Amino acid sequence: MNPFRYERARDAESAVALLGQEPGGVFLAGGTNLVDHLRLGVRQPDLLVDISHLSFDRIELLPDGGIRIGAMVRNSDLAADRTIRSRYPLLAQALLAGASGQLRNLATTGGNLLQRTRCVYFQDVTRPCNKRVPGSGCPAREGYHRELAILGASEACIATHPSDMAVALVALDAVVRVLGPQGERAIPLTDFYRLPGEEPQRDTVLEHGELLTAVDLPPLPFATRSHYRKVRDRASYAFALVSVAAALDVADGVVRDVRLALGGVAPRPWRATKAEAVLRGAPATGEVFGRAAEAELADAQPLPGNAFKVPLARNVLVRTLLDLIAEEEVQP
Amino acid sequence: MDLEITLRVNGATYQLSVDTRTTLLDALRERLGLTGPKKGCDHGQCGACTVLLDGRRVNSCLALAVAHQDARIVTVEGLAEGGDHLHPFQQSFIEHDAFQCGYCTPGQLCSAVGMLREAEDGWPSAVSADLTASHITLDDEEIRERMSGNLCRCAAYANIVPAIREAIQQAQEAQQMQHVGKEAQP
Repeated sequence: MNPFRYERARDAESAVALLGQEPGGVFLAGGTNLVDHLRLGVRQPDLLVDISHLSFDRIELLPDGGIRIGAMVRNSDLAADRTIRSRYPLLAQALLAGASGQLRNLATTGGNLLQRTRCVYFQDVTRPCNKRVPGSGCPAREGYHRELAILGASEACIATHPSDMAVALVALDAVVRVLGPQGERAIPLTDFYRLPGEEPQRDTVLEHGELLTAVDLPPLPFATRSHYRKVRDRASYAFALVSVAAALDVADGVVRDVRLALGGVAPRPWRATKAEAVLRGAPATGEVFGRAAEAELADAQPLPGNAFKVPLARNVLVRTLLDLIAEEEVQP
Repeated sequence: MDLEITLRVNGATYQLSVDTRTTLLDALRERLGLTGPKKGCDHGQCGACTVLLDGRRVNSCLALAVAHQDARIVTVEGLAEGGDHLHPFQQSFIEHDAFQCGYCTPGQLCSAVGMLREAEDGWPSAVSADLTASHITLDDEEIRERMSGNLCRCAAYANIVPAIREAIQQAQEAQQMQHVGKEAQP
């Protein structure tokens, strides 16, 4: 591990100022991904600005009926929050499906969004990786890519985004609040994550020194009927092969509105807009759900090792929506 | 780059100078001689390093010592309060033979203590049938899911799960007895 200076930020403004002066510096929140990267040599910062004790650690109601989640709210506290559990069950389920009890106690909302891919080549500094060392190459297409992307990838990079929480937040149209040297800005989460293109080293649109302060959830009354379903190699404590976050509003057998996102299939949490377009106004049947999933996955570019994700994603999406209708019938 | 820090562990306060790169796990083991927390994977994947920070279980291999000076830290050495009696989970692990090599045991014990508190606070898990329920019953399925961050390469899970379940049941029965006893008084 390379040596680094450690500074404890007094407040958000001084955290931004400290990092602004140090191009090789990074923020330290829960540390569950960063400390591992320091040890692996994936990241070699000169300065750690500790923001873990800063005061944006609350979950507040917004005047419009939405919710503001402070960036320092721990994953475990967010999953246990009674308002989140009752109004946005898919978010609590996504958090509880991720990591372990120990990790959720350290990991923060902001850090979860900014965690890096678990692609084996990214994490192994003895191998080339365009995301870690731009221009060095990507062994994944020819090599091990079972966990990697079928949608949104580029020649340069086929890594997947690992977060479960972010998949639920993308489905909910969450907005990220950011403090930077030039002041505050708000970024819809769907615009926050970049596709890799020629610059896979940039996961998000954040500039150096910008600090995540909060995530806002708009009110979405029908999210009370929502679900996060995750498929993985073990029953617990493993990253998603495929996951689906869904909220469904059905009246008289017709889909009035829907929010859908896929995890484990793309370089970013994947909002399934094509599937949503097929579903809105259509009969809420398994046949239609299948067509919606197929519309979303028509652009899939699978590789030999991850081609199983195409039918898996289709079937998990259909099953998640069918379960939500069944729930609707039980509790009209 | 060294910094002077203060760590509060198992009720004692320690002042030490550490390199900023020192993890909490290394500070506990190498500097304070508390070798209960074990270094298994050193990547947050096995749970052998689990300790309690302000009552919450965490992986000490992913925590930097400089960042946790405010916390009350408890390691497996601090679970038996007073030192004369084992913690009920420790006693139960012995009675159920809930280990073979024992390397994961300190992490399992600290994790179980943190896990019980989470359940008492009404925190749901990925297998909880009702996400909004306020009372959690720690059956085997719940215990397995909630303890999934602690690996046992000897695969002593078949004894770890009942060790945890029965210690919790005994504690709850003892509490109920106390409660009944109080109500019986005039």
